[in-house]
Amino acid sequence: MAALSMLKSLRKCATHHLSNFRPSFCHHVASISRSLSTLVLAEHESGSIKASSMSAVVAAACLSEKSSISVLLAGSGSSLHEAAKRAASCHHSVSQVLVADSDKFVYPLAEPWAKLVDLIQQEHCYSHIVAASSSFGKNVLPRAAALLDVSPVTDVIEISESHLFVRPIYAGNALCTVRYTGTNPCMLTIRSTSFPVPLMSDASENEAPISQVDLSTFDEDDFSKSRFVKNTSQDTDRPDLGNARVVITGGRGLKSAENFKMIEKLAEKLGGAVGATRAAVDAGFVPNDLQVGQTGKIVAPELYIAFGVSGAIQHLAGMRDSKVIVAVNKDSDAPIFQKQKERISSDMKPANKHINHHI
Amino acid sequence: MTMKIMVAVKRVVDYAVKIRVKSDKSGVDTSNVKMSMNPFCEIALEEALRIKESGLASEVVAVSMGPAQCIDTLRTGLAMGADRAIHVDYSATLYPLSVAKLLKALVDVEKPGLLILGKQAIDDDCNQTGQMVAGLLNWPQGTFASKVVLDKEKKVATVDREVDGGLETLSLDLPAVITTDLRLNQPRYAKLPNIMKAKSKKIEKFTVQDLKVEIKSDLEIVQVTEPPKRKAGINVSSVDELIDKLKNEAHVI
Repeated sequence: MAALSMLKSLRKCATHHLSNFRPSFCHHVASISRSLSTLVLAEHESGSIKASSMSAVVAAACLSEKSSISVLLAGSGSSLHEAAKRAASCHHSVSQVLVADSDKFVYPLAEPWAKLVDLIQQEHCYSHIVAASSSFGKNVLPRAAALLDVSPVTDVIEISESHLFVRPIYAGNALCTVRYTGTNPCMLTIRSTSFPVPLMSDASENEAPISQVDLSTFDEDDFSKSRFVKNTSQDTDRPDLGNARVVITGGRGLKSAENFKMIEKLAEKLGGAVGATRAAVDAGFVPNDLQVGQTGKIVAPELYIAFGVSGAIQHLAGMRDSKVIVAVNKDSDAPIFQKQKERISSDMKPANKHINHHI
Repeated sequence: MTMKIMVAVKRVVDYAVKIRVKSDKSGVDTSNVKMSMNPFCEIALEEALRIKESGLASEVVAVSMGPAQCIDTLRTGLAMGADRAIHVDYSATLYPLSVAKLLKALVDVEKPGLLILGKQAIDDDCNQTGQMVAGLLNWPQGTFASKVVLDKEKKVATVDREVDGGLETLSLDLPAVITTDLRLNQPRYAKLPNIMKAKSKKIEKFTVQDLKVEIKSDLEIVQVTEPPKRKAGINVSSVDELIDKLKNEAHVI
């Protein structure tokens, strides 16, 4: 009896001790930790693991106190191998890196990727499969889940237990806590803004082993029905909208693409990224990848400044978790003023010029 | 070539409604609330109609799954111009995996050359169904489409997709699954003569048993809550005051 109560108090201590190291978004994981094995579907670019995929690794580590993570990368050439090496030491919970090396994976198409995940799952039987809720993750994971006959949980913002998750619904106006009650694997995509990658890396000194995935069962048919044609992307020096510390957004109130240049100047001064509302994109002021909102990008910067943004529900969904929100708008009744921390009701152009001048 | 297009549409709380979470945390209150066709589904149906009007398809079939009220949504679809509709009658919760299985069963019956869906429903914001049914059918998928061009001769769809980095263009062999993003098109309003005509268009009913699909329940909604409220904002009267507060109080610049 004494041993049992000592064990209980030791376990309490251990949990408490570990919870000091546990970031706030990883909630109270059951103290009887099951050792879980998780496959993370990762993206890479120019030899590095993408930030959103690092968030997926962080989220995977939250699933249990004892997690072993396998990172899956696909592509070809030296940048793939460089990325694999980085992945091997990116986090202390990474115990393996799997590499699918083929020309056919140069562009991440959903059809071969889903088959790849199915193949690997049949062999390794992971308890969980995790991807970031990026265009890639959103495109691939549900297709893979269907092949594995699993209901996925997408856009998770909080991991309460290994099979209990919180996700936003109704454009973030409600939060849904959902439990996965099916058989392995439990599949999820996570919102990277909810699983920030710590500045002090959880990097490991040990390099996890890197193994090649056997692709011999793939045939031409698996790669033939869908073909990559081209990409049009903005090559910019400015930080990525998804993880910028500061975001300056323009809405319909800016009235022209010309006026957006002021937003860009301010963003440059503050080292921030430029965002836009759907209205601004639809009006042709800026390209689509700047859109912040329910169906655009989700951002959670330290500072979000919105010029000429009325604050439609769908836009708020994309930026409501920003630390400080500043709204500049002529219309003092605009819905965005319900949400913001600081507001300034005034004419846009002079305000912008003034801010630019002072910073 | 007589190509049929199937479009899946969902009845959801209207996008402009301010929703309320029930006090018992069991869900969102949808009683006495305006319901509409999911905006992305409207875009999907509009795209199908345009493809048909350009002579590249012969028939547009709208399908919806759920309780009897789905028929209202299907009538709207018929009024917009769909030729026929199918209602899969089921009253309990249907998660995307089950919807995907039902859609696959319908595709096996109807044999369309193209299946178009909205990329996500604005109630659950899942963004899964199109990808799942494409996986079950082993059809190529073009998700978050902002432009679709069909080549009837080559039986290929060229799809521009809105992705994180900008736009990506894919070429897909038909039959294929496409999910629509906001900028694909502007859906038409149903005109009165078409609303009248729609009343006589056929809505076929299927049950889940007819389609031989087992509805899996591997998800459980534990609770639905309101998000944490933000601290109230303050009004600042000048740019100087704003900059001062951002610098010295919030420490963000």
